[in-house]
Amino acid sequence: MTPVPENSRHDSRGRLVLRRFLRRWLAVFGLFMVALFFAFAYLGPDFYKWSYTQLDYASFMQAPSAAHWFGTTQNGFDMFALTMRGMQKSLIIGLVGAVLSTGIAAIVGATAGYFAGWTDRTMIALIDLLLVLPGFLIIAILSPVFNGRTWLIFVVLLAAFQWMITARVVRSMTLSLKEREFIYAARFIGVPNWKIILRHILPNMSSFLVIDATINVSSLILAEVGLSFFGFGVQPPDISLGTLINDHWQAAGTANGYQFYFPAVLLVVLVLCVNLVGDGLRDALDPNAEIGAPR
Amino acid sequence: MTSMTSTPEPLLEVANLSVSFPSEAGTVAAVRGLSYRVMPGEVLGIVGESGSGKSVSSLAVMGLLPRRARVAGSIRFRGNEMLGRTDKELSSIRGNKISMIFQDPLSALTPVYTVGDQIAEAVQIHRDVSRKAALDRAVELLALVGIPEATKRAAAFPHEFSGGMRQRAMIAMAIANDPDLIIADEPTTALDVTIQAQIIEVLHTAKNATGAAIVMITHDLGVIAGFADRVTVMYAGKPVETGAVDDVFYRSRMPYTLGLLGSLPRLDVGKRWPLTPIEGDPPSLVHLPSGCPFSPRCPMRVEICDRTEPELVPVRAPGEAHSAACHRSGEIEEKNLSSIDVFPVAQAIESTADRLPREQRPAVLELVDLVKHYALVKGAIMRRQVGTVYAVDGISLDIREGETLGLVGESGCGKTTTIMEILGLVRPASGKIVVLGKDTAGISGPERFEVRREMSVVFQDPMASLDPKMPIADILAEPLQTHGVPPSERSRRIAELLQTVGLRPEHASRYPQEFSGGQRQRIGIARALALQPKLLVLDEPVSALDVSIRAGVINLLQKLKMEFHLSYLFVAHDLSVVRYIADRVAVMYLGKIVEIGEVDEVFDLPAHPYTQALLSAIPLPDPHKERARRRIILRGDLPSPADPPSGCRFRTRCQKFADELDDRRRERCIGEQPVLAVQGGPDSDHRAACHYAQGYAVLKDVAE
Repeated sequence: MTPVPENSRHDSRGRLVLRRFLRRWLAVFGLFMVALFFAFAYLGPDFYKWSYTQLDYASFMQAPSAAHWFGTTQNGFDMFALTMRGMQKSLIIGLVGAVLSTGIAAIVGATAGYFAGWTDRTMIALIDLLLVLPGFLIIAILSPVFNGRTWLIFVVLLAAFQWMITARVVRSMTLSLKEREFIYAARFIGVPNWKIILRHILPNMSSFLVIDATINVSSLILAEVGLSFFGFGVQPPDISLGTLINDHWQAAGTANGYQFYFPAVLLVVLVLCVNLVGDGLRDALDPNAEIGAPR
Repeated sequence: MTSMTSTPEPLLEVANLSVSFPSEAGTVAAVRGLSYRVMPGEVLGIVGESGSGKSVSSLAVMGLLPRRARVAGSIRFRGNEMLGRTDKELSSIRGNKISMIFQDPLSALTPVYTVGDQIAEAVQIHRDVSRKAALDRAVELLALVGIPEATKRAAAFPHEFSGGMRQRAMIAMAIANDPDLIIADEPTTALDVTIQAQIIEVLHTAKNATGAAIVMITHDLGVIAGFADRVTVMYAGKPVETGAVDDVFYRSRMPYTLGLLGSLPRLDVGKRWPLTPIEGDPPSLVHLPSGCPFSPRCPMRVEICDRTEPELVPVRAPGEAHSAACHRSGEIEEKNLSSIDVFPVAQAIESTADRLPREQRPAVLELVDLVKHYALVKGAIMRRQVGTVYAVDGISLDIREGETLGLVGESGCGKTTTIMEILGLVRPASGKIVVLGKDTAGISGPERFEVRREMSVVFQDPMASLDPKMPIADILAEPLQTHGVPPSERSRRIAELLQTVGLRPEHASRYPQEFSGGQRQRIGIARALALQPKLLVLDEPVSALDVSIRAGVINLLQKLKMEFHLSYLFVAHDLSVVRYIADRVAVMYLGKIVEIGEVDEVFDLPAHPYTQALLSAIPLPDPHKERARRRIILRGDLPSPADPPSGCRFRTRCQKFADELDDRRRERCIGEQPVLAVQGGPDSDHRAACHYAQGYAVLKDVAE
């Protein structure tokens, strides 16, 4: 018997990561803000007097006030209700798209790296092909085709042009990971290949995948904003932060500047917060990052 | 400068040195009060396991610790205090008066400059000489450390050098400025034994050429026994025993030293030497208990050991050089206790008398002329073959039920390729693999899956062989789940397995990183046993473990073999372990088996020159024998398996070919590949592949 002395007990990996994460106050602040954005976007309208479809005939082009927190548009729509509705879209697009994009990258990259040979060459060819295609243009051209149908197709399309570089990184990580002895151990036990990928390879790059997903959240939100700004992507009557900014960008610098500044500033703050969370996660998951060690 | 006085004054004096690092878990006390002196021209060995503080203390001497380290105490070199000096001041001493040889020669050389340039740079930094003169000196140094064609090789880049040659270049750089002190931090750990013997020879040369004192840091007691004058044993950041080599080796007065020496399998005596494993693991340096740090593992522990940490005090008379830090060292001295008296001897040696004769037992593994060649290809799209790596080139062996075959050889000899071929269970390029009566050539998918149940593997590196993201229970459940053991049965089996390998079933929910190296290796063994296999392939199962842990794992393997009637294919480069655990041994060189037979026959009277050299290269942890030995030093490095020499593959390094044979007889070595021929009596199965095989008792001439 090998008795384990009491002091050799360590914290589990998850707890250690959490502790390291909590030590980064900026990341914690970012997480808090993202949670706050969610709460406002989804719960806010329930407690707010105005809905985004409602018109207030008594106030057009009103500056922010107690009645209309972010002011009103020239048609009498309430800016706060619109912004919250837009934020709902943007958050969903960012999160669903990021999970989708990182998921495709993980599966394609790990399969290519693990099986090598012609599987690898085919997938690399696909990745390289998608990399040279102008994604923005293609989505722009395709957007009238599914106009009016679900905007979820749009999320899928955004993700489809987002995963390639991550997939290449996942592939090269798999190449080194599959030479590790625990992978051999599983193979020699007789574990099927797809199970090895799901059970051993992907969990061992989870830190990278988590980080990639958080970065994707912000870049997908921005991509959607970019497309919607040019009139593609989310189409009226749906609203996203992008369409809002598109509708009101001319107000910037005028007396009605609030119509532009509220959605724009919120967008910047949202993306910034998601990035803060991503940074914090990266440092917390990387045991080599020197953070918070008492000096 | 106070040098050049006739009274012996210590060259380096370390007094009460302590080093600690802040970490997540708390302050790590890496070194806690280390004192030693090095006299000019003396060799001091510092021995310890990983985490004992031996490397950290030498980095402190060099002033190379990271800035967050807290260092206290005093380090005086030639009477001048080194601690607290600026990096710039230290730089004028480092590489000039004190130099260092690191463990990993690949990362110690810059890949983008030639070796000659790097040595010349080391000269030019400290001396006002021209570039030309410095380069000449570099060539001179490379020749001194035994690099052939030094002028040509000085223009080579580090990646063009083999590991052994890089380490030679490192030594050349270390002695470039005629230092007074060389600190060698595990200089041979990353190298093969035959190369290790070469490097130790070079260190002797370097010492004679410069007259420098050497601080030799290592975990290998054999290296220390033959090389050092004095030795300090470290445990948990503290010196626990120090003295002249003979005193420490033959009259150890600290239980840890006794245990360390007792847990080493001995090459010269084999199974007759009982191994005394030290239970448990080295303590964590974060929250050290107040008493003696060794007390939890010490069989001689008494109540005072847990209360106060013993001081390092002279063993016999005050002022004497041999000191030990143990409350009971007086008692050990008085009764002259040895490791067998102090530590419980594991009775794991099986009796082979009641076994069926070897020929009547069924073979669990049979290799017949197994060949594995890799094609060397060039080009990304238009692939063409530019050569062939003859990784495994026709080997035949068999393992009978209940038998352990040791497969030994240096890195690059093809041992790993061989076991990967066996474990892969696919049809070999040529030859035959028969596992448990099933030929892999004609086997179907489901049949192969069934064979996997009967054969399992334990890997070398316990850190890499367990998935870090999985709790132990999941790791052990994987083979059970894969082979359809119902869930209710699984948890019972997991608990049983953990107990079998000496771990507690409560540990099942922990992750691998919560265990020490030895414990992880036990988990790896438990996983291999999960499906009750008949054959276990053990790929260097103890070489990555600390010395004190090894014996426990070796004894566990012995016990399991008897308990579950297992057969082992034991791959190793450490011949002492093979001698202890194996029934038969096969020696590989460049993809061929050069000698095979009963382990005692082969080790007592090796017939192949390579086996002789291999046995002779291994240092024995016994200073008298070690000094008396005549060592066979092989020339050069292992040739590339892509371009093996014609005829006998060993002839380019063979001492017999070079020194004993005349030209006429050499013809045969060059022209004709030797085959395995029976040595000894007609009923012996000891065979060697050498045209001029002749038994030579390499170990005998020192044993008596």
